[in-house]
Amino acid sequence: MRRIGDAPGVRRVLIGAAVVLSALFLLLPLVAIFAQAFAQGVDVFWSNVSDRYTLHAIGLTLGIALLTIPICLVFGVALAWLVTRFSFPGRRLLQTLIDIPFAVSPVVAGLIYLLLYGRNGWLGNWLDGYDIQLMFAWPGILMVTVFVTCPFVARELIPLMQAQGSREEEAAVTLGAPGWTTFWRVTLPNIRWALLYGVILTNARAVGEFGAVSVVAGAIRGKTNTLPLHLEQLYQDYNTVGAFASAALLALIALLTLAAKAALEWRQARREALA
Amino acid sequence: MSIRLHNIGKHFGRGRHQTLALEPVNLDIHSGELVGLLGPSGSGKTTLLRIIAGLESADHSQEPSRILFGERDVTHIHVRDRRIGFVFQHYALFRHMTVFDNVAFGLTVMTRKQRPSSGEIRSRVLRLLEMVQLEQLANRYPAQLSGGQQQRVSLARALAVEPEVLLLDEPFGALDAKVRQELRRWLRHLHDELNFTSVFVTHDQEEALELSDRVVVMSNGRIEQIDAPETLYRAPKNRFVFEFLGDVNHLEGHVSQGILTCGDARLNVDLPDGHEELLLRPHEVRLATSPTAECHLPVTITAISPVGAEVRVELEADWLAKPWLATVRHTDFEQLGLTRGQRLYAHPRQFHRFQQPDTIKADAPVA
Repeated sequence: MRRIGDAPGVRRVLIGAAVVLSALFLLLPLVAIFAQAFAQGVDVFWSNVSDRYTLHAIGLTLGIALLTIPICLVFGVALAWLVTRFSFPGRRLLQTLIDIPFAVSPVVAGLIYLLLYGRNGWLGNWLDGYDIQLMFAWPGILMVTVFVTCPFVARELIPLMQAQGSREEEAAVTLGAPGWTTFWRVTLPNIRWALLYGVILTNARAVGEFGAVSVVAGAIRGKTNTLPLHLEQLYQDYNTVGAFASAALLALIALLTLAAKAALEWRQARREALA
Repeated sequence: MSIRLHNIGKHFGRGRHQTLALEPVNLDIHSGELVGLLGPSGSGKTTLLRIIAGLESADHSQEPSRILFGERDVTHIHVRDRRIGFVFQHYALFRHMTVFDNVAFGLTVMTRKQRPSSGEIRSRVLRLLEMVQLEQLANRYPAQLSGGQQQRVSLARALAVEPEVLLLDEPFGALDAKVRQELRRWLRHLHDELNFTSVFVTHDQEEALELSDRVVVMSNGRIEQIDAPETLYRAPKNRFVFEFLGDVNHLEGHVSQGILTCGDARLNVDLPDGHEELLLRPHEVRLATSPTAECHLPVTITAISPVGAEVRVELEADWLAKPWLATVRHTDFEQLGLTRGQRLYAHPRQFHRFQQPDTIKADAPVA
């Protein structure tokens, strides 16, 4: 007896298609990035990477990501907690609102922020009176990056927390655990993988965000240029190797995050197998 | 520790979508008692248990509601400070902790002043695990245990903080029949040994009657009757309780001059004229090959199930809306030589009647 859909022909075709598509759309471009970056040798690659403006772009991008992650983490956990553990009027509306950053084009998001917080904007005008400039400076980049990435953590957590229910937390409380202890020792360990996954997505998006950032950053070299913006400028200047060197750096950051995730998962699996 | 509930009611939702979960009830549970809350789903039994625990709060009404544990008023005390043990239907074990850590949890979250030393915690947890016969599984994770083992861990976890009140929400509901029987006996034993006050919720009347000192029968958010199991079964206060506690046969007809008639069925009864509905348990139906002057209830056997202590016989007749069930001793069964399709006469040994709405009427012997 063979199960439905388990014919050898079908299986071979499906596996073949998956392999070919992954190679064409995932593996090949990745290889191409590194091939292009090193096309004129390691020295040229290195001199491009250690360029003053590139180094600044790397620093800015990593700094923005480092600030975005904790903000999104706290926001996402608080929101998921609110939506899954309490019932209040407007709960569904709130769940829909979370998705706005996904639904809106990042460029539009950037423009809205520019309109609101720019020097001639409603709030920007007022802030300018206190000599606070958000747009065309790093705080603006941080703001749009947070806007674009804020749903990731909450979106990962909500279905999981809904499925898990609040029974374990109730059990902890009946055993006398204070609220914080319950969160640290019961809630957090149960959601940690989803949380980590949310952080990885947030990080990937924060590092790679182009559209929204390009509107509010103004792309001032050595000042507000993030790595993706810098990459684009280099490419426009016909510096292909320089552009691909930056691209290789971005790809490397992505690969490192994935490796970190795999390592953590592997360690957890081993711990559970040993127990 | 005794539990006293005064004017405890509960509505869920608000405004137009409000639904009644529990009518305001009063309930006294004595110290050391094992009390079962019995009722069909939606009867409010779990809501009542969760209110006792403090996981839900009772409605605010004009007459204040009160919950007393002994002399301690816990109405406005948070769950975590009520010092209860709560056992959940689906165990609710901490899935990322080992069995040992699960049981130790309640001790490790105590304030530094109250918390026992780690050596003391260790020995107490091991003692509890020994009591629930799981000491060799201390390092396993909940997912690696069977349902019965998980429920035992959950009991040990609840008992670790030495609660004076143990609350159990359908504790054996998700387990198979054999494990359930074993855990029931074991809980009774534990209760008698450790001498705490327990309240458990169940929809299984057999479980409630077997395990409890007293049973609280509930339906539609109301307490129908509170009594010891024997009293409950022998003297149900109303029709709901009577019907919920076992199989029931109905005989509906019109009484005139001491004779109840229904189609070609007749029965002499000592009742006033009017419409009547009489109820009988299966063991209160006797089968005979002939009618008597006082009783003429012709029936046909449609099914026979000889499994168990007694033979269960299903009876049908034109005058019956729903088939009757009669239980017959194996010796009588052989003596009568019962077969499917056979025509016989039913004789009620006694019957019960409940007047609307819910007034009590004693059982009457057959006239």
